[in-house]
Amino acid sequence: MTSPALPRSSSFRLADVFASATSGLTTRKLRTALSALGITIGIGAMVAVLGLSQSGSAALEDRIAALGTNLLQVSAGQGFGGGDAALPEESVAMISRIGPVISVAAVGSVEQSVLLNDVVNPAQTGGLTVKTAGPNLLDAVNGTLSDGRFIDQTTGATPTTVLGSVAAQRLGISNVDGTQVLIGDEWFTVVGILASFDDQSDDVETPLFNDLDRAAFIGVDIAELLFETTRSPDTIYVRTTESAIDDVLSVLPATADPESPEEVEVTRPTDALEAQEAAESTFDNLFLGLGAVALLVGGIGIANVMVIAVIERRNEIGLRRALGATRAHIRRQFLVEALLLSVLGGVAGVLLGAGVTAFWASNQGWRVVIPPEAIVGGLVAAVVIGALAGLYPAMRAARLAPTEALRAS
Amino acid sequence: MSVLDELTPALPGEPNTPVLELHGVVKEYPGTPPVRALKGVDLTVAQGELTAVVGPSGSGKSTMLHVMGTLDRPTEGSVHIAGHEVSSLSDRRLSAVRGELVGFVFQQFFLLEGETALDNVATGLLYSGVSMRKRRVAAAETLARVGLAHRMTHRPNELSGGERQRVAIARALVGRPALVLADEPTGNLDSKTSESIEALLHELNSEGATIIVVTHDNDLAESLPRQVRFRDGLIEFDSQVSP
Repeated sequence: MTSPALPRSSSFRLADVFASATSGLTTRKLRTALSALGITIGIGAMVAVLGLSQSGSAALEDRIAALGTNLLQVSAGQGFGGGDAALPEESVAMISRIGPVISVAAVGSVEQSVLLNDVVNPAQTGGLTVKTAGPNLLDAVNGTLSDGRFIDQTTGATPTTVLGSVAAQRLGISNVDGTQVLIGDEWFTVVGILASFDDQSDDVETPLFNDLDRAAFIGVDIAELLFETTRSPDTIYVRTTESAIDDVLSVLPATADPESPEEVEVTRPTDALEAQEAAESTFDNLFLGLGAVALLVGGIGIANVMVIAVIERRNEIGLRRALGATRAHIRRQFLVEALLLSVLGGVAGVLLGAGVTAFWASNQGWRVVIPPEAIVGGLVAAVVIGALAGLYPAMRAARLAPTEALRAS
Repeated sequence: MSVLDELTPALPGEPNTPVLELHGVVKEYPGTPPVRALKGVDLTVAQGELTAVVGPSGSGKSTMLHVMGTLDRPTEGSVHIAGHEVSSLSDRRLSAVRGELVGFVFQQFFLLEGETALDNVATGLLYSGVSMRKRRVAAAETLARVGLAHRMTHRPNELSGGERQRVAIARALVGRPALVLADEPTGNLDSKTSESIEALLHELNSEGATIIVVTHDNDLAESLPRQVRFRDGLIEFDSQVSP
């Protein structure tokens, strides 16, 4: 008989593998959605944790950058008697002579209250303080004004004041228009309002911001004249070149107070922020761990659903074998089905995680950072989980003999 | 040249060419003692025949269907389909033989619930390497042949039992196989619908299809030109050999 050559092998085009796998998933939509959900939650959690932690870190890093890691704070520690020790009056000049120091600004305290008018009870100072400041304070601490101008050499000798942002807010002053406040028993004209050092709506707190935001600054000369304060500062802000920080740090105490250097405290304000960043990252690991557990559970869920699918769809497997599918074709179809299920969950998870990050970060006033490695990692994890979860069910499906698969259930 | 011509594996050939030849086929299932489902079967089915394989449960006709359809290999003996000896082929090549040379119709239809009638018929060519577009063209032509041109976009749950079986028959025919094997094709249908399926099988046969119907339904078997009756793993009666 003249018959054509016997076919060597049937074929299953890649597009058809995907179409068959998709059809298997869309036929059972609810089950598909539920089994992908485990992966969605796991990957969503991981992307959100990475996104939020990086957005949070970015916020802190922005703050650190704004503050500058080259800012050092010198303050008078506690004396042997326990009382506050002041820094020597000449300490500012001494520190200025250290080579790598760029700018120095001193802040002293004035034991007076600041009030909006003379009707308010002076005991209710609202946590506001009065501080002396020189003209270069803003340079040293990278501060900015939201209105008006800062104290200069001339105004420093007159009853004028510049309010920190919190102080201005508590006193109900939003702009500079000749408003006067009562400091001690004297009327001072508000000439400037500082922008907040804590100008982001996150929960980053450092003593530096609290102190400066809650202060009313007056000139050293007027403070001495009206309130008889000493000219010796209690805090000095030192801006130095980046490369010489450690050197400057080591000589600061002795330079500031040669007589009792052990009483001088030198800190770097950005250290507090860096410590906070480190503390937050320990929580990240916890949440990443939880995300990994969710992923594992999701993967087991997919494996479970696929095993059930293979049992339920024996007839379909038998039919496909009868239509010419080889074992490899059956294996491929079920493996791709598990992969699609997992990748579907993974894509949804990445979107969910990115959405949560964007929502929460913008709520916190953070810059939204969705790390690309979290997106890529999430999708790769989904593919790996899908492959692992699908392998065993797919092999079971392929091993099924056609005659057995076709037996009516 | 139409899409279907391109798909045709040079069939139908001349009438009376053997499409299926079984010689001394024995099928033994392992066990203690082993079960001999087929005990030496010789059968030849020629191009263009419409044959009933009939017999009570346990007579070996299901095993016969599996062996004829290359879903299972015989323990002994030879099976030729369209002139090719297939009993010793690898699983992979048997799959190809099924895909190219044999069409199956099942009692339970085995349609894919999520797919339209058209796409269900097109799955008959899924493993043949033909593009989706060509599969659909061929499926549409074949659906029209079984009288379901108006049901192409319906899903199985929107079709009656008879219509579902027509879809399944179209799926078996779409690749123009050398041989169509129908396993109790009317087993799940009422008598009126069964008659229409029976008529369809006659019609397709008159157009050239070689069809073997495996059934325990004597009425159906007797309506077909040739009956092969099984009992205890052997052919008890063949209307062509001893009319």
